[in-house]
Amino acid sequence: MSVIENRFEPGVLVTSLDTVINWARRSSLWPMTFGLACCAIEMMCTGFARYDLDRFGSGAFRATPRQSDLMVVAGTVTHLMASRVKLLYEQMAEPKYVISMGSCANAGGPYWEHGYSVLKGVDKIIPVDVYVTGCPPRPEALLDALLYLQNRVIKGRTIARGKAPIFGGGV
Amino acid sequence: MDIDSIADRLSSLFPGSVRGIEKEHAGDPFLVMDPARLVEVCMHLRDDQEMRFEWLMCLSGVDYPPETIAVVYHIHSQTHGQKLVLKVLLARSEPRVPSVESVWKMANFHERECYDMFGVDFEGHPDLRRILLPEDWEGHPLRKDYVYPESYRGVTNKA
Amino acid sequence: MAQDMKPIAQDLHTEEMLISMGPQHPSTHGVLRLELTTDGEVVRNVRPFIGYLHRCFEKHAEKVGFTGVIPYTDRMDYLAAMNNNHGYVITVEKLLGLEVPERGEYIRVIMAELQRIASHLAAFGTFANDLGAVTPLLYAFREREKIMDIFEMACGARLTYNYYRIGGLSGDLTPEMLAAVRSFLDYFEPKLKEYDDLLSYNKIFIERTAGVGVIPLAMAANYGITGPNLRASGTSWDIRRNDPYSIYDRLEFDIPTGRGLKGEVGDCWDRYMVRMWEMRECVRILRQCLAQIPEGEYINPKTPKAIRPPKGEVYVRVENPRGELGYYLVSDGKPNLYRLKVRSPCFTQLGVLPAITDGVMLADLVAIVGSLDIVLGEVDR
Repeated sequence: MSVIENRFEPGVLVTSLDTVINWARRSSLWPMTFGLACCAIEMMCTGFARYDLDRFGSGAFRATPRQSDLMVVAGTVTHLMASRVKLLYEQMAEPKYVISMGSCANAGGPYWEHGYSVLKGVDKIIPVDVYVTGCPPRPEALLDALLYLQNRVIKGRTIARGKAPIFGGGV
Repeated sequence: MDIDSIADRLSSLFPGSVRGIEKEHAGDPFLVMDPARLVEVCMHLRDDQEMRFEWLMCLSGVDYPPETIAVVYHIHSQTHGQKLVLKVLLARSEPRVPSVESVWKMANFHERECYDMFGVDFEGHPDLRRILLPEDWEGHPLRKDYVYPESYRGVTNKA
Repeated sequence: MAQDMKPIAQDLHTEEMLISMGPQHPSTHGVLRLELTTDGEVVRNVRPFIGYLHRCFEKHAEKVGFTGVIPYTDRMDYLAAMNNNHGYVITVEKLLGLEVPERGEYIRVIMAELQRIASHLAAFGTFANDLGAVTPLLYAFREREKIMDIFEMACGARLTYNYYRIGGLSGDLTPEMLAAVRSFLDYFEPKLKEYDDLLSYNKIFIERTAGVGVIPLAMAANYGITGPNLRASGTSWDIRRNDPYSIYDRLEFDIPTGRGLKGEVGDCWDRYMVRMWEMRECVRILRQCLAQIPEGEYINPKTPKAIRPPKGEVYVRVENPRGELGYYLVSDGKPNLYRLKVRSPCFTQLGVLPAITDGVMLADLVAIVGSLDIVLGEVDR
């Protein structure tokens, strides 16, 4: 039992600094507008009226990587685009997260077999936190992935050194 | 004007430009043309009052190993409401044909794509470089004997 | 605008800048890179660089069999997936000599026209968004959700449908689905007036788009521009009317053209308004289809299980919301096709960009690119 138990009136919240910072972080994961192909349209639908990404705090899409926390790789990454994806990922400030949306970003998608210019999964060049399956995934699937990511963020470390360990697979 | 009368007219105005008419297959008949005189024939097809083929609908390459690469031109006249298909057959080892970009500006991008995918050299094209693949890509992918690269710039191409 | 700058800038020595707009950019509608040479805010030269989404469609088409190509056609122009499917199956049917039953044709046209409305809504919304007006985008996608509900009822998917088959379709439309289409049309028709009130005649919107990016008709023909962009330049060329396919010759609809009402013929405002007027015509076509659709088969019962057209080649074109989508198919009698070339309207239209952008301001360039309505999946295939 801690010393400060039952010593304050209702209305005073006691928590750890980690939890507060993580709560702020997970409630305002601002994505970067990184739609590449068809999945981008479903990402846009997720952001708009019916599926409303903004109620989870992720409604402010930033065009510049410097101001965003989350990169949703929505669409096929080609070899030509790969260097740009890596550059943009490196330009994002820590803590940063990546959601790989759709089959193409997961593993090359329907182009895995004969696509000579298609990168077979964006995890070949950048680390991915959550994979969303589908071609394209429904907006509900992307929302589910975002909530999963938010749950991971709230359990992560902030002041202590090192990145949080990665558990589990995709959605 | 049907395809036979167009072929006759072109043969009389530009002797040797029409090498043959192919009609024995399913689908659209086409004229096999001589690459050397292609640009002046196309200019005539575009400007002659009875033909007026103002539109180039499509320009494609087709690979017929082991010896031939064909470039196919689909043209269309809005004034007279007729279509025509022209084909040039090129040597696969060194495919070279004059560019029709001076006749139809639309050919600019399509010829670059044909160069990218098949390696056809379009003489007289103002800016012949790869369009769909990186500049340092090796090989021409739509050829039938194309070998997939194992990796590109250090990133593996395997699934 | 550029002329007003001249007196101030006349005595200043300026250098030209090389700016790379894209491939990641909020206003380029996808992964398009434009290399701009600018003198301050005035653009001197534009060089489009594409290929950032080259997904080897034509190579896949040679490997997956005739029916297997259909899902790949969805993903080319992902905002007009039904029309892409339509074009491809018509091409194969022409080579096979296969007829589609009447009900199948009507359902195909219903789906194609609904997709045309959805595509023009996306174009309208994103164009307005590029210019700074965010509200129309939300309205457009609200309407699109209703259309996607209908598509989901018919074939189970929201964006890439794989609905058409060689010889017909993969499934029938039930009376509930047809009623859903009818109620959508009743809901949607008044919305078009709402969009006009909100955006089309707005003074700021007109200032930004009228007289900007004029494409004269002769230039449009030479550069191979088709679709609403061509019709905005003053001609009423529409493949559904002039080279009809399916059952379009039985349907009555007007072809809207640009008339230069606010600026010059063929400017950005004309291209935008042609799309708005076309949506009205789509509603007209859909009402006629709903009235005329017969009972019957939705797919030809004599469609062979193994699709193997005879040796030959054919070129067929359809009216995509973005222009003339052509498929050049070469078959050598085998189970896989020999060559499939897609004549993509957006790929062709990008070629005109360097010709119409000399001396425009950077903001005008955004309006011009938005008004051309490009989808990079189709440009790069």
